[in-house]
Amino acid sequence: MIEIQDLVHVYDGGTRAVDGVSLRIGDGERVAIVGQNGSGKSTLVRHLNGLLRPTEGRVLLDGVDAASKRVAQLAATVALAFQDPDRQIFAGTVKAEVEFGPRNAGLRDAALAEAVDEALRATGLESDAGTKPYDLGYSRRKLLALASVMAMRTPVVVLDEPTTGQDARGVRRIEAIVRDLGSAGRTVIAISHDMRFVADCFERVIVMRQGVVILDGSPAQVFAQDRWPELASTYLEPPLAACTGAALGLGSTPTDARLIEALAAR
Amino acid sequence: MLELSVESYRYPGYARNVLHDIALRLGDGEIVGLVGPNDAGKSTLCLVAAGLAPASIGGVLMGTLTLDGTPAAGLKTHELAERAVVGFQNPNTQRSGLAATVFEEIAVGPMNLGLEVPEIVARTREAIARLRLEALIERDPQRLSGGQAQLVAIASLLAMRPRHVILDEPTAQLDPEGTRLVGEALKALADDGTSLLVAEHKTDLLDGLCQRVVVIDGGTLVRDGPTAEVFADPELETLGVEPPARVRLRRAAEAAGIDPRVLEGARA
Repeated sequence: MIEIQDLVHVYDGGTRAVDGVSLRIGDGERVAIVGQNGSGKSTLVRHLNGLLRPTEGRVLLDGVDAASKRVAQLAATVALAFQDPDRQIFAGTVKAEVEFGPRNAGLRDAALAEAVDEALRATGLESDAGTKPYDLGYSRRKLLALASVMAMRTPVVVLDEPTTGQDARGVRRIEAIVRDLGSAGRTVIAISHDMRFVADCFERVIVMRQGVVILDGSPAQVFAQDRWPELASTYLEPPLAACTGAALGLGSTPTDARLIEALAAR
Repeated sequence: MLELSVESYRYPGYARNVLHDIALRLGDGEIVGLVGPNDAGKSTLCLVAAGLAPASIGGVLMGTLTLDGTPAAGLKTHELAERAVVGFQNPNTQRSGLAATVFEEIAVGPMNLGLEVPEIVARTREAIARLRLEALIERDPQRLSGGQAQLVAIASLLAMRPRHVILDEPTAQLDPEGTRLVGEALKALADDGTSLLVAEHKTDLLDGLCQRVVVIDGGTLVRDGPTAEVFADPELETLGVEPPARVRLRRAAEAAGIDPRVLEGARA
């Protein structure tokens, strides 16, 4: 269980990036955080693994204040994949990159090999194990960053814009990974601008604007027609399926599948 | 008009051709979308179409790039930069590293064109206004969010007032509003006669922006046609391209035995 209590973060220079956020996120929940660039999404999640410390408020992980733990300790609980993979990639080969985290977390031999193989398989990088990370294209470096985070086998996985730069196959892979992590009981928190991905893969959507949470609910709740003014206030558009469903008087149909179901049922 | 004919291109130190057998023409005022799976050669095609490869990056190009009738091969770097600009996928790659503020960063391009100061300032202000970056102009360009950095990188290109613009995933890190602003800025450039090639995974953006779309796979163009036609191609997803939302939804309806005209009704 993650509990964020009255979190405020003010950067040097006075930018109030997070301005009073309280959230509870249960074990195994799949949560998407959406909002404009600069609305505080990345700042918020960086408190979960101690990359940032609160200016005010607290972050509790299973009841323990994150402030009482060092970054290395938090890394055993929360793994974060950055928006820009090049901020985290440093090893000489793809395999060494993926091994680094779990090795530091104490995995060895068969357990280490299994964690690494699983992550490489899920991201489709198994044939690139010996490749130099910077010989991979940007989209595969993003998948590599994701593999490194998966292999840590932490209870909480945070993904900052996982689908950017991915083609259709890459997006399908990431969707499968998010669902698999969820069914394995791991908490997945993802920042995304892709409303279709958000509606399809997450059970909860948190909308941020100027450092605060303005909406928090299921995709059907957040993308329902009566919430559109709030979405528009932060320049978000619901997925096309939601707009179409509303126009046809079918209620809130945030995904293609829900819309088709509702059409078939009428 | 940009005309590119590629028999083959390979990077320095590599034996394998990354591009082969490509003929691409961008008319004045035309926005052409470039889609395809990852590692198909999109970014390489962007570099070659902008003349950066082989001129700056090296490698071997068998073929020609012609900008408004002038062969790019004979142009000096600054002459090329006056005619064609390229926006990279990762805005951090593009940042000059020379500027202390966003305003100065956007001014770097026009400054390097050797323009008079009032002209540099006018172009910089115009680019800032187009992408609504007024609130960021005093900020350190190294300390921006991913989306802000991307908008600044695009503004830096706009300030060059280029005749030919090649963009490699210009909106990858942008929120929906930033994406919309970039779309409007690109349309305005095209209205001024600029020709544009835009590599993007966001087919919804290209759907509303481009008259024409080309699909690259395995280093060569496998489709080239009007946007609606290319995006309705049933093989698009097999090619690694996510169809636009309206196409996907229509297909899902058809698959469920529902007349897709119901959906058209919703939009009207």
